[in-house]
This record gives sequence, structure tokens and C-alpha cells, in this order.
Amino acid sequence: MNFKDKLFNTITYIASFCTIVFLFGIILSLFFEGLPVFKFTTIKDFIFNKDWYPTMNPPKFGILSLIVGSFVVTLGALAISIPLGLGAAIYTSEIANKKVKEILKPIIELLAGIPSVVYGLFGMAFLSPLLIKVFHLPIGLNAFNASIILGIMVVPIISSISEDSLSTIPQHLREASLALGANKWETIMKVVLPAAKSGVINSIILGFGRAIGETMVVLMVAGGAAQIPNSIFDPIRPMPATVAAEMGETAIGTPHFHALFGIAIILFIITFISILITEFVVMRKRK
Amino acid sequence: MTTIRRIKSFIGINFLRLFILLTASFLFLFLYVIFSKGGSVVNWEFLTHSPKRFMTEGGIYPAIVGTFWLTILSIGFALPLGIFTAIFMTNFAKPYWLVRIVRVAINTLAGVPSIIYGLFGLTVFVRLFKFDVSILSGALTLGVLALPVIINASEEAIRSVPKDFRDASLALGATKRQTILRVILPTALPNILTGAIISIGRVAGETAPILFTAATFYTRLLPKSVMDEVMALPYHIYALMTEGAHPAKQVPMAYGTAVVLLALVLLVSTVAIVIRYRIRKKRKW
Repeated sequence: MNFKDKLFNTITYIASFCTIVFLFGIILSLFFEGLPVFKFTTIKDFIFNKDWYPTMNPPKFGILSLIVGSFVVTLGALAISIPLGLGAAIYTSEIANKKVKEILKPIIELLAGIPSVVYGLFGMAFLSPLLIKVFHLPIGLNAFNASIILGIMVVPIISSISEDSLSTIPQHLREASLALGANKWETIMKVVLPAAKSGVINSIILGFGRAIGETMVVLMVAGGAAQIPNSIFDPIRPMPATVAAEMGETAIGTPHFHALFGIAIILFIITFISILITEFVVMRKRK
Repeated sequence: MTTIRRIKSFIGINFLRLFILLTASFLFLFLYVIFSKGGSVVNWEFLTHSPKRFMTEGGIYPAIVGTFWLTILSIGFALPLGIFTAIFMTNFAKPYWLVRIVRVAINTLAGVPSIIYGLFGLTVFVRLFKFDVSILSGALTLGVLALPVIINASEEAIRSVPKDFRDASLALGATKRQTILRVILPTALPNILTGAIISIGRVAGETAPILFTAATFYTRLLPKSVMDEVMALPYHIYALMTEGAHPAKQVPMAYGTAVVLLALVLLVSTVAIVIRYRIRKKRKW
């Protein structure tokens, strides 16, 4: 190898090494700034106490209600996006003819490209007053509103990944099923979907990760009350919203500042676990 | 028996249709609301003037400029890095374990919530490197966020180049580097660019990563250098909705800003979709 070849090779190594550096940079900065919060509270208290009063004297750093808030909106979002996204995937891959397909796919892609802050605006300025009117609620910015908006945001993720997986199912499986007398619906439910199971599960987990980490929508739409909700119509304050809302008002280096990084650690761990699960699903499928 | 099966099938398939219809009608309602409420706000003055009287009058020109610089710089940073990483991931024997680690790193980066990128940018670029709250800090943060998208798109583009091309080039005596730079990359380039364009749309619309690294609510001045803080379109929408004392005047302006941002993002992704469609039609292999 001459010098130029070696240089080129080295550059590709350095570039890909950067991805590892960035990942470690993220992890290190979270832990470096987040761990000091445990000088002021215990891990158990941090996670299982529901009192989040970071500016009181003495402050209380319990994030249980924020964690619960995150899971409530995320599950609410999945309840909407799984049927809609999976439905769209099955329809485009199994039923729609080519023309319909060519209209549907760009629609889903457009949906994926809409910035989250514009969804937030829609939830705040349009959906919230609408919900107040329809359901006679005192406040329109609540877990329900955030679930709807987040749910719509996750639809493109679930539908595009599920559809990829459905389209890799060999045609002869469908033909065999149809030849045995099963109709289209039975073929979809009993042959195609089970065969595409790992891809579908993958899409749902990725959708979960997207929904639990989404910031702007829950910041603008979820209502911002750090409490464990009694109903889906209560305002809540999910983890990302807390970090985004309070970081700007906190002096660097204060216990509150470290507590916000502590929340980010928990958030990172949850998303990291979901990523590991998808890796595991993919790996098992390869075997 | 068969009638029941037929009814089940009928109901099932129509439920799928209903779901599609719901999704599509939400999209149309959404676009209708944004464009009908914001469309009337957008005019020449709105696009070319600075905000006045604490955001209640004037335009969003500084925010457009800010988003432009943030986007250009972040893609300029992430694109070369992403392409080289994609080359690493796709070409020639590399140690398997290393490829595997890089793959996990990319997938993890792709799944990290955007607010965490914001904290990373705050810790590393703003404080450690002392870039302060600036275009540079924001663009680097956004660049790291865009990196996995660009890598994945480039990787897919490179993989779609037929193996014969590579083999032919190598058989003619070209080195790996020459093969990559003169045969594989030029063939994959349109697809790589499509990926880059898609990530432009993504980066331009991100808010959380620039909250603490680049964005400022109100400035009448345009940035003079990359070390200045800027207004940005997505952050401007958020700020108009949550700060300030005149919601009645700010909400229409937020809708107007949303129209500009959406038009930008939709335009960019439409361009990407059209380019990709053309490539697929023209391709001869």
C-alpha cells in the first residue's frame, strides 16, 4: 500500500472511531454532571420518591412522578400508534395496489418529517381548546393531549419499519396460504404477521424509545404538573420536559442542575435498554 | 362457516382502511390548521424584518438566518464524517468486532433522545471547549445528532452499488482507495445526497438540542460570527408559545413561523423524494 492508500484507510478508521467517542462523550457528560446529585439524595429516594421540589429549602429530588408521567404518555402514544402504524404497514404492503402505495408512502414520509415543535404548537393552540370543549375539561394541556400528538409522531416509525419487515416475507408463503383456501385476512393474520413478528416488535420498541425521549411535545403539551396522574386527563410532567424546562433557569453546578442530569441518566438508561432489546431481537433473528 | 370467515375478513380489511384514513385525515387537518392560521401572517415583511416590540410585531428574519447557519454548518460537519464511517462499515475486510462495536454505537446514537444531545452539547461544547452559547456549539451538537442518520443513508447507498462494479475496478488493478473514490462513491453519491437532504430537514426542525447550546429568544441583530448566539425557527415557535406577555399577538406569529419552517422542511423532503424516485427510474442495474 502506498502512502495515499494508508492515509485514506486511516481516515475511515478515525471517522468511525468518532462515533464511539461521541457516544462515550454523551455517557460521560451525563454521569459526570449527574452523579453529584447523589451527594444530596440516595438513588432509592431519587427514583422512588414522588416529591419533586427542586427549588424548595431543603430541596426534594424525587422523580417518581416524572418517570410515571413519561410512561403514561408513552403508553398512551403507543396505544394510538401501534394500531395506526401497523395498520398502515399491513395495508400498504399486503392490500394496496401499486398506485395507492405510491400515494400512501410519501404521506407517511411527510408525517415523519414534521418538526416536533410544530406538533407542539398544534397541540397547544388547536387541540387543547378542542379537548376542553369536547370533554368539558378544566385544562386541555394534559396526558391525553400529549399522548395523541406523540402517538401520531410515532406512526411513521412503526409503519415504515414494520412495512420493511413485511415486504421481506417471501411471496411463496402467502401463495401457499391462499392455495390452502385461507382468505386474504387469514393469510395476513396467521401467516404473514407471525413471520414478520421480530420486525414488528422491533418497530414497536423503537417507537417506544422515540416517544419516551421526545421533548418538545411533552414540554409544550403535557401540562407540566409534577404529579402522579389520577386520570389520563390530568396534566403531567414527563422527564424530558422537566430537563428542558428547568435547565434554563438553573445555575450551573447547583444540586438542582445535577438532579436534572440525574434525570437524563435515568432517561438514557431506559432508552439504552430498549436499544439493546432491539439489537437482541435482530441478532436472534439472524441466527 | 365460510360466511363467518368472509365477514371477519371484510371487517378486518376495512378496519385497516379506517386506520389509514384516520392517519391521513389527521395529517390533512394538521396541515390545514397550520397553513390556514399561519398563511395570512406570512408576507414579505414577516420574512425580511427583525422582530419588534418584544416579539409582538415585525418578522422572523434573524431566525431564518440562524436556522440556515445552524443547518449548513452541522451538515458540513456531519456529512464527511458520516460518509467516511459508512465507507468503513461497508468496504473490505475490517475486524468484525470493531465493525460490531461501531454499529452498536451508531444505533445507540440514533436512539438517544434529543434533549440528551442538548445536555451533551452544553457540557462539552459550551462549557468544556468554552464555545459558549453559540452557532458553533449548536451546529456541532446538531451535527452529532444528524450523524447516525447520515451514516445509515450513506451505508445503504454504498451497499446498493453492485458488487460487479467493485470487482471490475479491482480486477483492472485499481487500489481499494481508487475503487472507492472513483467507482463506488460516484455511483452511490445521488443516494448519499438524498440521505443528506433528509437529515437537513431533520436538523432544521430540531429544538431541544439547541435550547441550551445556541438559541436565544430575542435579538434584533444578525449573527456576526459563529461564536454568536442566534434565533432559530423551531426555537422561535416554542418561545412565542411559552414566553412573552402578549399571547394574543404571539400565537399568530408562532403559526406564521411554523408555516415557514414546515414549508422549508416539506420542500427539502419533497426534493429528496423526487431525486430518489428519479434515481430509481434511471438506474440500469
